[in-house]
Amino acid sequence: MKASIGGYARARSIEHALSLFAEADGAGRYLAGGQSLVAALNLGASAGDMLVDISGIEALRGVRIEGDRLVIGALTRHSEIERNDLVARHVPLLAKAAPLIAHDAIRNRGTIGGSLSHADPAAEYPACAVALDAIFNLEGPNGRRDVAASEFFKGLFETDRAEDEILTAVSVPVAQAGERHAILELTRRSGDYALAGLAIVVRGDRHRIGAFGLGDRPLLCEGAMAALDRGDVDAAATAIADDVDPMSDIQASADYRRHLAGVVLRRLAAELGVAR
Amino acid sequence: MTIRFEDPNRPNSYIGRTVPRPNAGRLVKGRGRYVDDILLPRMVHVAFVRSPYAHARIAAIETSQAKSLSGVLAVFTGRDLAEVCTPWEGRLAHLEGMKTPPQHPLAVERACWVGEPVVAVVGRTRADAEEGAAMVEIEFEALPAVTDIRTALDPETPVIHEAFGDNLCFRKTNEKGEVDRIFAEAHTVVEESFKTARHTGVTLEPRVILADWSEAEGEMTVHVSNQAPHMLQVLLASHLGIPESGVRVICGDVGGSFGVKVHVYPDEVATAAIAKILGRPVKFSSDRLEAFTSDIHARDHEATGRIALDETGRILAFDVDDWTGIGPYSIYPRTSAVEGLQVTNLIGGPYEFDHYRCRTSVVFQNKGICAQYRAVGHPVAVAITEGLVDKAAAQMGLDPVEIRRRNLIRDDAYPRTTAAGLKLEALSHHKSLDALIEAMDYEALRSEQASLREKGVHRGIGIASFIELTNPSPFMYGIGGARISAQDGCTVRMDPDGSVVALTGVTEQGQGTEAITAQIVAEAVGVSPGMVRIVTGDTRVTPFGGGTWASRGAGIGGEAALQAGRAVRGQVLAVAAAMLQANAKDLDIRDGIVVDAGTGAERMPLAEIGRIVYFRGDTLPKGLPRELMQTRHFLTSDYPYAFTNGVQASYVEVDAETGFVKLLKHWCVEDCGRIINPLLVDEQIRGGIVQGLGAALFEEICYDEAGQLLNGTMADYLVPMSGEMPDMIIRHVETPTAESELGAKGAGEAGTAGAPAAVMNAINDAIRPLGGSVTHMPFTPERVLRAIGAIGK
Ligand SMILES: Cc1cc2nc3c(=O)[nH]c(=O)nc-3n(C[C@H](O)[C@H](O)[C@H](O)COP(=O)(O)OP(=O)(O)OC[C@H]3O[C@@H](n4cnc5c(N)ncnc54)[C@H](O)[C@@H]3O)c2cc1C
Repeated sequence: MKASIGGYARARSIEHALSLFAEADGAGRYLAGGQSLVAALNLGASAGDMLVDISGIEALRGVRIEGDRLVIGALTRHSEIERNDLVARHVPLLAKAAPLIAHDAIRNRGTIGGSLSHADPAAEYPACAVALDAIFNLEGPNGRRDVAASEFFKGLFETDRAEDEILTAVSVPVAQAGERHAILELTRRSGDYALAGLAIVVRGDRHRIGAFGLGDRPLLCEGAMAALDRGDVDAAATAIADDVDPMSDIQASADYRRHLAGVVLRRLAAELGVAR
Repeated sequence: MTIRFEDPNRPNSYIGRTVPRPNAGRLVKGRGRYVDDILLPRMVHVAFVRSPYAHARIAAIETSQAKSLSGVLAVFTGRDLAEVCTPWEGRLAHLEGMKTPPQHPLAVERACWVGEPVVAVVGRTRADAEEGAAMVEIEFEALPAVTDIRTALDPETPVIHEAFGDNLCFRKTNEKGEVDRIFAEAHTVVEESFKTARHTGVTLEPRVILADWSEAEGEMTVHVSNQAPHMLQVLLASHLGIPESGVRVICGDVGGSFGVKVHVYPDEVATAAIAKILGRPVKFSSDRLEAFTSDIHARDHEATGRIALDETGRILAFDVDDWTGIGPYSIYPRTSAVEGLQVTNLIGGPYEFDHYRCRTSVVFQNKGICAQYRAVGHPVAVAITEGLVDKAAAQMGLDPVEIRRRNLIRDDAYPRTTAAGLKLEALSHHKSLDALIEAMDYEALRSEQASLREKGVHRGIGIASFIELTNPSPFMYGIGGARISAQDGCTVRMDPDGSVVALTGVTEQGQGTEAITAQIVAEAVGVSPGMVRIVTGDTRVTPFGGGTWASRGAGIGGEAALQAGRAVRGQVLAVAAAMLQANAKDLDIRDGIVVDAGTGAERMPLAEIGRIVYFRGDTLPKGLPRELMQTRHFLTSDYPYAFTNGVQASYVEVDAETGFVKLLKHWCVEDCGRIINPLLVDEQIRGGIVQGLGAALFEEICYDEAGQLLNGTMADYLVPMSGEMPDMIIRHVETPTAESELGAKGAGEAGTAGAPAAVMNAINDAIRPLGGSVTHMPFTPERVLRAIGAIGK
């Protein structure tokens, strides 16, 4: 099938992108790395889009420290996250997550902003963002605003971002001394979307767990988090069955995914040395 | 003079060596020329409107909107094309009682599966054609869909083709001996049910055809990604009413076929018919979704089987009831009954026993058409056989190797005819098993397994012996009336400078036909392979042949090439003898030079012979034959098929908490007779194993109960990928066939035949202590976990 698009324009700046989007009169669609959008266009999932290519906008690039936060530009590619020193030092979770995403060719093009905006419930970054308590910086025709990761994901491929808003950056608290991050997923083949996965951040004696592949959006697993805070892994493994809300599809049933969530949780707890 | 294959130091000893593939460099440089790369003047594109229903009556078709688009040139319905193209029926006369209705290039009256082409839209570009296709309005009246195999023949189930009265396409029982008595009296009887999942070939290059009709010359030229050009030539000629000589089918580079591209497809015939109507080149290039809905599927089998043994673990009998769903039509011209038929022939194939029953029931469904795909029927039969053998071994407390040693047909017991009626020339099951045991260090692996088990690590070893049908004679299709050639031919020509061109009827799909043909011709004539150019896949110039199927390229096409090359050598030496006033039998050709056979002393380069024959023939004795171009054809006749044999082993680790199976290592010992190019054979085996591993762990075409395809993309249909593939150790035993001088049998399908069974047995070996077993492929982590009861049913 041939992708059918209404048009294409390359934005020079955020303002330019916003005005191009406005001109598109409802048919606008931002294009970043294209690794989800182009596949969808090729499947005919969407037709007639006026593509506003934001991949050349300098302001959306770069990784920098701002106070006690690491700010990651939306256009930062998965392969850059994998190799970036600041990310490795301050948000090791993302450095550990990036190699789990797809394959080299896709990681070389796909962007973190694209992944978060696309909001695939089985994707790694959205769950990491939730576990990290990240804040998303958005910019739209009406100005800028910030949204907490836990507020951003609304449902299957649905977010709080308005159609015309650009996700400009994601801002993450830098890891404190002794803070530990871990991510584990189960996939049929390496690079596939996860059947079930968890991302954990241990900050002091508090745990934050983001689940992926286990619901219609990345989920914060509060029951399991509370149990882990108490050092009770068994209770956490039981609680996570209620924290998650997986769907059945041809790859796996909801029951099986729920079971996997418990297994993944125990394995992560063992990796992090959480007391039983 | 015969070739002393046993002597690796003989002159021109190219057969048996790893030589580079002549086409590899070109393909790696991106200079391949696939059908979609071909652009012709005045070329237009066709896109198909395909049925969104599994079963529906076509009440009305509205095409005027589509026709009004500026990029759309024409729109055709089933009725339009029925005017220029006759329908076909995939039936073979020797398959008694087989039923299948006429099939048209575009559905007429009814659509019978999701993806069946209904309307063809021709546009200036593919995008134009697609835009037009989106504007075609078809009024469908949904009909009940038949999707389940086991209930397809129940009286309550709707009948897909009313005139037949039921949904049975074909049924056959192969029976010998006293099966019921043996099972009633046997010391041990073991039963099991099996499922092999419906899957498809997933060729890297999808199906593509570019057809051009020249009214002035009365000639149809078809560039197509196909593995049987002559078959397509005669069938297009017959259905489009053109003399066979007026149809030229060209198969250049083909990006994989695996059996997917050996069939007649409605969309491809429609493209040719449209070219004939429009009188201009028309291209159809299938996209990936179309590939999943319209390429042939295969292996949709459900079976129950039992095995009877005496108290010593000797196998007495097999009894299997196999069911398979093939979609709404039997494939043309090979039929969709052959897969089931092979199951009835191949169960128990490696073993010695006297009592046998296997029935196959081939039923119609409203799903994609199933047909021949790499190792037709073998993976099904091997899984059933080896699953039963292993289950019996476990029940009797026998080691899986030991039960096979006791029951495999002895290596000195040939020729023989099996209980299933297969004629076997010479096989090497025991030698192969010995080689396997040594290659894998079986005892060490068993003790590693035992010690790891104590630590809670669940590893398993699975073994699967198998036989594989290769080098088919006309007994497979020809006797059933199909115009599918079992013979093949090769023309070898020496050019004036002594270089050689060989034109062969077998085809290159990426498997290395051109490489082995060059080696054979080089050795046969006496030149280096670099001096040989191979031409394949053009019905206008190559000898009439069958192409690529049933592992026949090396065994049949290779022998024709050998004989044609030897004939040219004979002619060259006859001319040389006249020129040198020598005796031809005292001369030989080595590396392009005529030499004294005894001393190796150089007498004359081939270029000199070429110069004299082609430019100064006047200096040769009048009447001296000097045809430096010779054609030979070859057909097997002593045996209906040349069976090969082999044995595979798989070593896996099962994660008892998640059900995930990790493939740790895989071994295959294979006997394909004479090996022409060891590296190519190894890679064929490896590639075949990978497809078998896909069957075992990943691949499954899923439909819902209404016949809707659930996984039509590469994201949902999981093919095996390198990351999950184990190291593979390949070993060979060589038992050449005496049917030919070359002695080669086929090697292309053996890997696929045995791998799924080996993995199944390995998983079951691993999880047996946990209770439960798996026999329904693919063995997804969830199925494995449910089998061991770690989550509820
Ligand atoms: C074979 C394959 C396997 C994959 N496997 C995985 C996997 O295992 N895990 C995983 O997480 N992902 C996977 N992906 C998806 C990949 O990570 C994509 O890169 C990512 O989902 C989208 O990023 P992108 O930059 O490519 O965005 P695009 O495809 O360009 O855009 C995606 C969507 O986000 C919107 N968008 C993009 N950037 C912005 C922005 N800055 N502001 C507002 N809207 C924006 C677009 O309008 C579009 O709707 C896979 C992709 C492929 C092709």
